[in-house]
Amino acid sequence: MPDEVPIMRIGRNLLVTLQGDLEDAMVEQIERVVTNEVARTQATGMLIDISGLTLVDSFVARVIARLVGMVRLLGAETTVVGMQPAVAITLVELGVSMKHVHTALNAEQGMARLRGLQDERLD
Amino acid sequence: MSVSTDGSVLTVTIGAESDLLRVRTTLRSESQAAGLGLTAATKFVTAGSELARNIIRYAVHGQGEVLIEPLQQQGGRRGVRATFVDAGPGITDLDAAMTDNFTTGGGLGLGLPGSRRLVDEFSIDSGPNRGTTVVITQWAR
Repeated sequence: MPDEVPIMRIGRNLLVTLQGDLEDAMVEQIERVVTNEVARTQATGMLIDISGLTLVDSFVARVIARLVGMVRLLGAETTVVGMQPAVAITLVELGVSMKHVHTALNAEQGMARLRGLQDERLD
Repeated sequence: MSVSTDGSVLTVTIGAESDLLRVRTTLRSESQAAGLGLTAATKFVTAGSELARNIIRYAVHGQGEVLIEPLQQQGGRRGVRATFVDAGPGITDLDAAMTDNFTTGGGLGLGLPGSRRLVDEFSIDSGPNRGTTVVITQWAR
């Protein structure tokens, strides 16, 4: 992963891309940049794209869960998208449930879910 | 960090978090060379990543090494074996360490039991003050 955390704004949502090797220093940077960006843009939703991760071990799973928790405290809902089938199989065998993390197959379905949540807020 | 080869055995030394990437890429390439499918390879590399992180988290100065070797059975079936060795304090209570959600290091406590579920063969040898050796093997389907 480069020094810059890949993060894009799409309307009221942010798209964060996790890729490459997530080391402790990188994780801290991601947490700092992403939380600041949510606050700065007043985003209500976030997509975390993990299609670039060929390996999600318990450490990486915890990084994702922590990020979702931090962003939720700032009032934004997250959907994790792009998990590879082999990664899903491995996580279940490993015993990492990710049950507190909402997922969708791809970015399009993830955005649809975030839109649905935002519509509920407006009702 | 170094990768040396002794015949067909690759040795990756672990001394810092940055070595985890080398462990993972070496396990991945050896899995592919042994003809493992994507799922079997992903499980194997993930198990190896958990075990390598254990070394960094628990061993003395986070030092250890991984020996990775290709295997071939008599019938021609191929596989890959990885041996994780550290000279750390060892595991006092192996039964507890092999139980889901037991942790002394602030992790999820899934590293050892989770790794065992991800591979075809798993063995662990550890005791107080004699370090820990974990061997995992994955066979091509």
